[in-house]
Amino acid sequence: MKKIGFLLLFYLTSRAAAFAVILNVGLQLEPPNLDPTSGAAAAIDEVVYGNIFEGLVRIDKDGDVQPGLALFWEVSTDGRSYIFHLAEGVKFHDGSDFDAEDVKFSFNRARAKNSTNAKKYIFAPIVLIDILDPLTIMITLDHARPDFLFNIGLGDAVIVAPESAAGNAFNPVGTGPFRFKKWVRGDRVELIKNDDYWGLEPRLGGATFKFIPDPLSAYTAMMAGDIDTFPNYPAPENLFLFDRDPRFDVVVGLTAGETILATNNKRSPFDNILVRKAMAHAINRKEIINGAMFGNAAPIGTHFAPNHPDYVDLTGLYPFDLGKARALMKDAGYANGFEATLKLPPPTYARRTGELIAVELGRIGIKLKIENMEWAQWIDQVLRNRNFDLTVVSHVEPMDINIYANPNYYFGYDNADFQKIISDIDQSTDAAETSRLYKEAERKIAEDAVNGYLFQLGKFGVWKKEVKGMWANYPIRSNDLRDVYVEGAD
Amino acid sequence: MIHYILKRLTSLLITLIVATIVIFLIIEVVPGDPAAYMMGLSGSTEAADALRVELGLDKGALERYFSWIGGMLSGDFGISYTYRVPVSQLIGERTLVSVPLTVYALILSTLIAIPVGVISASRRGSVVDTILMGVAQIGVAIPNFWFAILMVLVFSTSLGWFSAVGFPGWEAGFWVSIKALTIPAFSLALPQAAILARVMRSSVLEVMQEDYIRTARAKGLSQRQALIRHGLRNAMIPVLTILGLQFSFLLAGGIIIESIFSLPGLGRLVFQSIAQRDLIVVKSIVTLLVMAVVMITFIVDLLYALVDPRLREGGRG
Repeated sequence: MKKIGFLLLFYLTSRAAAFAVILNVGLQLEPPNLDPTSGAAAAIDEVVYGNIFEGLVRIDKDGDVQPGLALFWEVSTDGRSYIFHLAEGVKFHDGSDFDAEDVKFSFNRARAKNSTNAKKYIFAPIVLIDILDPLTIMITLDHARPDFLFNIGLGDAVIVAPESAAGNAFNPVGTGPFRFKKWVRGDRVELIKNDDYWGLEPRLGGATFKFIPDPLSAYTAMMAGDIDTFPNYPAPENLFLFDRDPRFDVVVGLTAGETILATNNKRSPFDNILVRKAMAHAINRKEIINGAMFGNAAPIGTHFAPNHPDYVDLTGLYPFDLGKARALMKDAGYANGFEATLKLPPPTYARRTGELIAVELGRIGIKLKIENMEWAQWIDQVLRNRNFDLTVVSHVEPMDINIYANPNYYFGYDNADFQKIISDIDQSTDAAETSRLYKEAERKIAEDAVNGYLFQLGKFGVWKKEVKGMWANYPIRSNDLRDVYVEGAD
Repeated sequence: MIHYILKRLTSLLITLIVATIVIFLIIEVVPGDPAAYMMGLSGSTEAADALRVELGLDKGALERYFSWIGGMLSGDFGISYTYRVPVSQLIGERTLVSVPLTVYALILSTLIAIPVGVISASRRGSVVDTILMGVAQIGVAIPNFWFAILMVLVFSTSLGWFSAVGFPGWEAGFWVSIKALTIPAFSLALPQAAILARVMRSSVLEVMQEDYIRTARAKGLSQRQALIRHGLRNAMIPVLTILGLQFSFLLAGGIIIESIFSLPGLGRLVFQSIAQRDLIVVKSIVTLLVMAVVMITFIVDLLYALVDPRLREGGRG
């Protein structure tokens, strides 16, 4: 009898322990703050998106729009107005109620004059926000915007409460399945399960996001078992060690990051399309992917995610051909080549890719001087002052081909035909037409060889075999843990 | 003695004032704008401008210098641009990791180095001496980041005795925290211990040649007694100098070790802040580090005076 009692006790305590399973998640970058509606840092979304904060709609692991705080919605036939029907009985983590007022507040805050929302443009098309009743809200746009629903699913458009919005940077209060517990700056952020969550109960008891900046330390921490999952492992060079180890699963997926050899189209000689075409022919994507990413990346021929249904494979448009490249250089009047600088931001992918690019372009006489810089310097010189010839960078925003329509963007592509295509996309209400236009846009920038299109940045997921439900891809930067569980723990 | 202390204090103050001006000027000319950094690749210029006003970056340089100094004097270090919490809070949290780590490493390195140095010196030329100094030579040559990685691979990855990364925080318990700091402290301490042991050895050897040791021996003391009673105290002067330098070096130089072990210390905070252009944090920490180094030098100067009475006498004259 005593023994049974003991076993029962053991069973009960082990059940209790199982329910409280806390997942240790490794991330390379620590977020500067925890408010996804403030700065642009992807590291913020990697911790809070879907976990602490939710939007009207939610982007899922495939990049599709799913119901979020709005359970369903109606779109008017002209595509201009949306009526969102909100979930009932939703509470913020501080106990306050969620209703249409919070939606109105959040959107008005994001589009206000003094707003520091990095993606203010999402809200620019909004002309009217009408609260029809506490759980129904109508949003009217200037004209139909096919990407509006996707955009309000981003971290920049999550719903916050007027009572707590100001403190979200350090004490985030959302409606999500996990609530904020504490942040030890420089070390970790702890989340615990939200017992009052309005949706499906999460299966984890909580999660601890640990920040490990050094790639080698990421390796040792995984191997020592300190970390259960590293959703975006920073060192592709030692992935094979995890692949061989029976304790781990390795899942190589894709991010929304198009890695490009960004080219200053306003500066000579890169304003000459022949030069840009010559460069396109001189780039050997396979060599770059193998050399810089250890084979773990997908080649791209334009600025579009290859796993998107509207992607057109244009990698064969300017195949690797040094003969053609040299002939084009000669036609352009640079038979003897020229000198230029290549400014590289800090990420490893950029530095490694840049070194290979310098070798490859060297073959057709373009002598590149590499300048390594920090992000702050890069943003200042390249992005803001457009003081650069070439750079390597990954554009991690999803569906961002429209940046080519902005003639003042750093690579300076000013093409009326392309701008027309993008404004047509903005006006289009027909899905098939939108899809056709996207394909046209992809082709246009590839033909003009605006930038060198290299590869889609991979997402290297490494986790213990028992951890299930982690995202394989990063359609947006998020580690949504609502469906994650540890096998054998519940 | 008082004159000596006053002289030291004056030079300490001047150093500090000059340091704040230099730090402020250097940070003024550093390229890169914190607001633009925070907005990233896709951020609008409009939002960055709004942020710049919010952070007070639109004000003039002189105004910012004096409000910074004035704030620091009253204990207000300002609000971090990126973290949006008071800088003093950030520094306070980090100091609770960096200072214990430094002290721990310093204690370890002293505990290792002084006996090694003394034993080596007293058995000069023996096999023991050769082995100890050989190991010390290797210790000097090994970079501490490499040694740290080696320690992690052995004690964390293979043996599983320690966590490879992170710091639980003092509220999680004293011994748990000490345990988390042990491998980092060893990694920091070993190369320092090697240097210190060599200094200790040559210092002891030198002292043992002195006339007063010969006199002590002539009075009938054994080699060992002479060393302990008269030698060690004199041999400590160069060792103290090195220890003072090492404390500063360890405090400011913990950055690599802190990165390898993902410890939330001051070094990593500085590094992160520089990358993110959180200039207000950089300014304050660098100033505090300068202050710490100057203070330590001051304390070491006082200790000299304690071990070496001539300095005290000299002060009067």
